[in-house]
Amino acid sequence: MPVAGSVRSIMVSSHHIAAAFRDVTKRFGETAILEDFSLEVAGGEFVSIIGPSGCGKTTLLRLLAGLTEPSGGEITQEGQAGRSAYIFQDATLLPWRTALRNVELPLQLAGVSRDERRQRAEELLKLVGLSDATLKYPRQLSGGMKMRVSLARGLALQPSLMLLDEPFGALDAMTRNRLNEELLDLRERQPFTALFVTHSVSEAVFLSNRIVVMSGQPGRIAVVETIDFPYPRKSALREQPEYYEKVAKVTGLLHQAEEVVA
Amino acid sequence: MKARFWLPPVLAGVLMMALWYAVIAAFDISPYVFPPPHEIAKATVDKAGLLFSALGHTAWAAVLGFALAVTCGFAIAVLLASSGLLKRAFYPWVLALQMVPVVVLIPVFVIWFGAGLPSIVAITFMISFFPIVASTTLGLVSTDHGMRELFETYHASRWQEIFHLRLPYALPHFLTGVKIAATLAPIGAITGDLLAGTSNFEAGLGYLILLFRQQFYPAAIYAIALLSAVLGFVFVASVQLIAWLALRHWHESSQPGE
Ligand SMILES: Nc1ncnc2c1ncn2[C@@H]1O[C@H](COP(=O)(O)OP(=O)(O)O)[C@@H](O)[C@H]1O
Ligand SMILES: [Mg+2]
Repeated sequence: MPVAGSVRSIMVSSHHIAAAFRDVTKRFGETAILEDFSLEVAGGEFVSIIGPSGCGKTTLLRLLAGLTEPSGGEITQEGQAGRSAYIFQDATLLPWRTALRNVELPLQLAGVSRDERRQRAEELLKLVGLSDATLKYPRQLSGGMKMRVSLARGLALQPSLMLLDEPFGALDAMTRNRLNEELLDLRERQPFTALFVTHSVSEAVFLSNRIVVMSGQPGRIAVVETIDFPYPRKSALREQPEYYEKVAKVTGLLHQAEEVVA
Repeated sequence: MKARFWLPPVLAGVLMMALWYAVIAAFDISPYVFPPPHEIAKATVDKAGLLFSALGHTAWAAVLGFALAVTCGFAIAVLLASSGLLKRAFYPWVLALQMVPVVVLIPVFVIWFGAGLPSIVAITFMISFFPIVASTTLGLVSTDHGMRELFETYHASRWQEIFHLRLPYALPHFLTGVKIAATLAPIGAITGDLLAGTSNFEAGLGYLILLFRQQFYPAAIYAIALLSAVLGFVFVASVQLIAWLALRHWHESSQPGE
């Protein structure tokens, strides 16, 4: 599948396949949730998945993360499976650990020594702008800060692929916009391929190289839209007419996809 | 501390004390039936030696039984939670055991351990271990699903999941059980002493109840009630403090203003 021509060189330059679904079917009991789903994500790409609620977006990420098995078809990922990180919708921080110790968790589970993981966790928290909150507990953090900690934790093992399930869905519009910018910024510094599930068309347009619009019951790809605004993208992009037009177009595509169900 | 916190209970206490005297005066109740507060204070002072050594013995038995209940309760909960089969097989029996009123077992304990401290500790243990088992088991098996999946995505080993997730997740549940046990342990120690205590210098508060009943000294029995309440309060307050220290940073139950 072609990748937008204007993807800049911060992305892994070769067009190797970072993750792929080939004719994947997923059934829970009798009901098919996904049917003959095929998608290839190139290394360095940022792909958003958007579609009606219940169409199987979360299931797609869970399949890729190995949290659930496909009923049919094939799922491949470059390198070993451990090189992907899953960012959960609700941050999923351990409440008994400070922000720092939450970020340390993946390193600790991987057997990294105490000093090394502490230093790495401090760097990561700095990267997400939370140097002042390292010793705070999750309940002392705002929703946006929790999500930043979760992103820092996700980046701890330097994953080549990030799976993000509506990470900013619970945040207010302003925080969400800021975190969108920060996410792109993070990617400049520590590159990764992203598969990003969202309900927000404007967020998807702002972030992605490609947007996969799904229709539901069973979940399949309705249409794929390429977004070729050059990176780095800054908040000013949101004021461009081209951006509005793209948002309007994708919103239209999403509505069409939703009507397929109705 | 603000007056609005300490004033109401103090006033209520004074009011109840006044009511106490008023009832005694109004119905001309004999101090043997219902002694006035100052008689109880006097009995406490008169029998101070006996009462406080008994309080010490009872407190010691309560601490031992409680410590045993916490240790064994925790161990049993970990065992039950470690396998679904084990839990399904044994949890109903733990429940059934709990349904046996502990007093029924007292003669059994006396046969096994003889009268005195070992039996009293056993009774205290029996009364207070179940809430720890029940609530810790619940905590260990109800680990947040999302957190478990987080560990799964990091390919955590079983032991890593137990140490870094299940046990810390269950800590508030465990401490809830421990707090309930702390309210029960002093009651267990007094009941045990009453029904399996000995008359020698190990006498506890329960045994003194029998003694003062024999001597027909009701004011002293009220003094025992008072000391029992103090013992229970200190016990519960210490455990609450430990629980609060353990959870203060992260758990809802230990936030100020609640
Ligand atoms: N473990 C499961 N067992 C049964 N049905 C499930 C399970 N997980 C998801 N589903 C169903 O699969 C469908 C797609 O779910 P999901 O992938 O979460 O959708 P989305 O993220 O797009 O809203 C839903 O109808 C949901 O009820
Ligand atoms: Mg979902």
